[in-house]
Amino acid sequence: MPDAMLEVPMLEVRGLNAWYGESHILHGVDFDVREGEVVTLLGRNGAGKTTTMKSIMGLVPRREGKIAFKGQETVNLRSDMIARAGIALCPEERGIFASLSVTENLMLPPVIAPGGLDVATIHALFPNLKERANSQGTKLSGGEQQMLAIARILRTGAKLLLLDEPTEGLAPVIVQQIGRTIREIKQRGYTVLLVEQNFRFAATVADRHYVMEHGRVVDMIPNSELSANMDKLHDYLGV
Amino acid sequence: MFMILGYPAPLMFGQLLLGLINGAFYALLSLGLAVIFGMLNIVNFAHGALFMLGAFVAWGLLNFLGVNYWFALLLAPLIVGVFGVLLEKTLIARLYKLDHLYGLLLTFGLALIIEGLARNEFGSSGVPYPIPSLLQGATNLGFMFMPIYRGWVVLASAIMCLITWLIIEKTSIGATLRAATENAPLVQAFGINVPRMITLTYAGGVALAAFAGVLAAPIYSVNPNMGANFIITVFAVVVIGGMGSILGSIVTGFGLGVIEGLTKVFYPQGSSVVIFVVMVIVLLVRPAGLFGKAA
Ligand SMILES: Nc1ncnc2c1ncn2[C@@H]1O[C@H](COP(=O)(O)OP(=O)(O)OP(=O)(O)O)[C@@H](O)[C@H]1O
Ligand SMILES: [Mg+2]
Repeated sequence: MPDAMLEVPMLEVRGLNAWYGESHILHGVDFDVREGEVVTLLGRNGAGKTTTMKSIMGLVPRREGKIAFKGQETVNLRSDMIARAGIALCPEERGIFASLSVTENLMLPPVIAPGGLDVATIHALFPNLKERANSQGTKLSGGEQQMLAIARILRTGAKLLLLDEPTEGLAPVIVQQIGRTIREIKQRGYTVLLVEQNFRFAATVADRHYVMEHGRVVDMIPNSELSANMDKLHDYLGV
Repeated sequence: MFMILGYPAPLMFGQLLLGLINGAFYALLSLGLAVIFGMLNIVNFAHGALFMLGAFVAWGLLNFLGVNYWFALLLAPLIVGVFGVLLEKTLIARLYKLDHLYGLLLTFGLALIIEGLARNEFGSSGVPYPIPSLLQGATNLGFMFMPIYRGWVVLASAIMCLITWLIIEKTSIGATLRAATENAPLVQAFGINVPRMITLTYAGGVALAAFAGVLAAPIYSVNPNMGANFIITVFAVVVIGGMGSILGSIVTGFGLGVIEGLTKVFYPQGSSVVIFVVMVIVLLVRPAGLFGKAA
């Protein structure tokens, strides 16, 4: 990939280590995400996918290594500065606020750069959020909460979106809707790092897949070569 | 004479008004405590001392700079708010990673220091603060004579509580504050400077205490103990309303003031303990307080 060697990746992670207190969770994670790509992190429960996302976002107590966003080192920045640089997280537990209405949840993250989706576009993508604008955020169904969690980071103008298991525990039609949304935002030029357990779903949206095991990236599989690597993948994921 | 339930009406209304005035202070003080507790997870034991400081700042502004009551009502909360910024940034902020008992000890120590310094400077008896000329005298409400200043205290407190409630419940700043109370790390990861927000929340909470202090200055003599006299009852109000509940502290503050006032009519011997009796009953029935969410 000579081209890729020349251009600076949108996100470059090298030798990333992370700790929760005394537990050493990430042991030198390496991967890149290029601008406009949808890249997944696959791996078994506890492999360190969420910890990787949180480390990028500055949400773990201690991290070391290199996390460069558009060539800028961010590993020593506070999470609000990382967000202001243009990275936004949709957390695994969704993080919908109970004391805020749907609209307040949607409007909570400040706009950090121009080019985010406006509310009308978001309501067109997720009609349920318009209908239930005044409901308490946590009164929404699981699927609606997930849409809200994705929608609110589309507003901000952040160009690198970290989506942590957006399809977990959701009904097939909602999984399809989230798939459509990810393809739509890719078309709009967003870059997505996606954590998934369900690689069948991942295959419908992603360009490349990284496989994590025990706090390390152990393999990279382009989406086009996924079917040729099914056996290996089944092995990695234990499915 | 006009009687209510066998008690003379003027006595009844008089105590009701006194109860409302006390309630006005309970509400403002417990509101500030609730705002601070929600965001910082610290019970601000310095709250009474900062209330007292607000009154002394108003006194100082009047006597040294000729700044009148109305400007003091604006300036004293601002000055005490800035002092709050200093306290939070230099001292309280160091304790967030520790057990919240440390915050309690620190703010309790601060209260002792602030009150001790005031006692050294002014003695225990305190200094007088005149009622502003616009609010002197009394008005005939038909059923009783009401000192105008006392009516103003109830009104000003209610307005300030309403403004605070509107800011927290109806504005985007308030939404951010509520969200940060629930999950501060996530709010910060959206790009909000949460440490600064915590500092300003503390400043806002103590500014409310100082506002109450200025309101109190013409009623009680401005003295070093005026905060300590109130604060024990205010903590009971906070517990009854539900720790950290905004609406709870306002409603409970005024409500308990009235209950305390009426007790003075019906059973004077019980008036000094009635709030604590209510506290015990509420804690038995609803341990999280009337408006608190069970943890
Ligand atoms: N807050 C925490 N404190 C201590 N250990 C943690 C914490 N969060 C996660 N861990 C541990 O870190 C390891 C990696 O967890 P992580 O959540 O990153 O895995 P994951 O790949 O996202 O798993 P899953 O697919 O279940 O979401 C696990 O062993 C987990 O127990
Ligand atoms: Mg995870």
